[in-house]
Amino acid sequence: MTLKVELVSPSERVWSGEATFVSARTVEGDLGILTDHAPLFGVLVDGAVSIKGSDGTTTQFNVSGGFLSVSNNRVSILTETVSS
Amino acid sequence: MGAQLRIYRRRMRSVKATKKITKAMELISASRIVKAQQRVTASTPYANELTRAVSAVATYSSTNHPLTTESERPIRAAVLIISADRGMAGAYSNNAIKEGEQLAALLKARGLEVKSYLVGRKAVNYYRFRNREIAGSWTGFSDNPTYEHAKEVADSLIKAFIADAQVELSGVDEIHIVFTEFKSMLTQNAMAKRMLPLEVVESDAPVPTGLLPMYEFEPNAGVVLDALLPRYIEARVFNAMLQSAASEHAARRRAMKSATDNADELIKSLTRLANAARQAEITQEISEIVGGADALASASAGSE
Repeated sequence: MTLKVELVSPSERVWSGEATFVSARTVEGDLGILTDHAPLFGVLVDGAVSIKGSDGTTTQFNVSGGFLSVSNNRVSILTETVSS
Repeated sequence: MGAQLRIYRRRMRSVKATKKITKAMELISASRIVKAQQRVTASTPYANELTRAVSAVATYSSTNHPLTTESERPIRAAVLIISADRGMAGAYSNNAIKEGEQLAALLKARGLEVKSYLVGRKAVNYYRFRNREIAGSWTGFSDNPTYEHAKEVADSLIKAFIADAQVELSGVDEIHIVFTEFKSMLTQNAMAKRMLPLEVVESDAPVPTGLLPMYEFEPNAGVVLDALLPRYIEARVFNAMLQSAASEHAARRRAMKSATDNADELIKSLTRLANAARQAEITQEISEIVGGADALASASAGSE
């Protein structure tokens, strides 16, 4: 079982694929998401988002604000600007 | 060379020069449409995700957010018109402006005061020429808008919306947007849509949702909506700008193509006329020479 992750910005889809773990920083603090997480909608603050792909590689992105939504093993991260 | 022939040649030269220009513009626009289209496609996932999120939050939270509730007694409405900076695009800008006029008439019939926000030099000139009041205008990026531009426009719209229209003169109760939808290379439609207050998901293509899940909100639904709605408006404005840019290029390509075709036609008929003029000149010269020779011959024959 894996998570279907999409990291999108207004101008492009930055990352999409299968992952086993996603971590991001919301206004409430750091948050890690594994499979079968309860539906969640969070507001992100500036900080790092890291995605551990199902092939074992970890990718880090710096995002400036944005949103994180989780439902049915589908994670989407919306942000205005991304740098890796 | 006769005078008539010279005039025809001069006109042909000028038409040929014009044709070169229109041909070049046609090719440039054709190459830019593809790029503009790609940008529209690239922005779609973000817009879709946001729409999904907004509808989820709006459906499952009972928060009464100012951005989602309709005013009981609306006074003013803002209309954002997206047009082009440059001409040579056929009726593209005019169509958008006309659509805006119709919308304004409709709003006025409802008893609302209309405030105009304009993007693109063409719309600004149109309003300035008629001495109409402009609440805000942005120019210089109509053929290649970036997210920053959209943000700038959206920010001032949201600011006007948040200001209480009952008290402040700058406040508005509704925000409408007029843009040109890019359907295909051949079809572009000027259309008007209401952005705020939100209509319950009014996108034509149903966002692939299925049942919306019961979200937990972090930190809470109110804060999430606060953060989400401005982004949503920005994304809508950005999408409208991108579509308009693609439409502008398509309209320009079409206009320039017909200009090139017309120039071709004109050159063809001018060539015919020039040929006829040249031939007439030659015929006249021959008959003059023959006539002159005849006259000489009969004159010398008479003297003998």
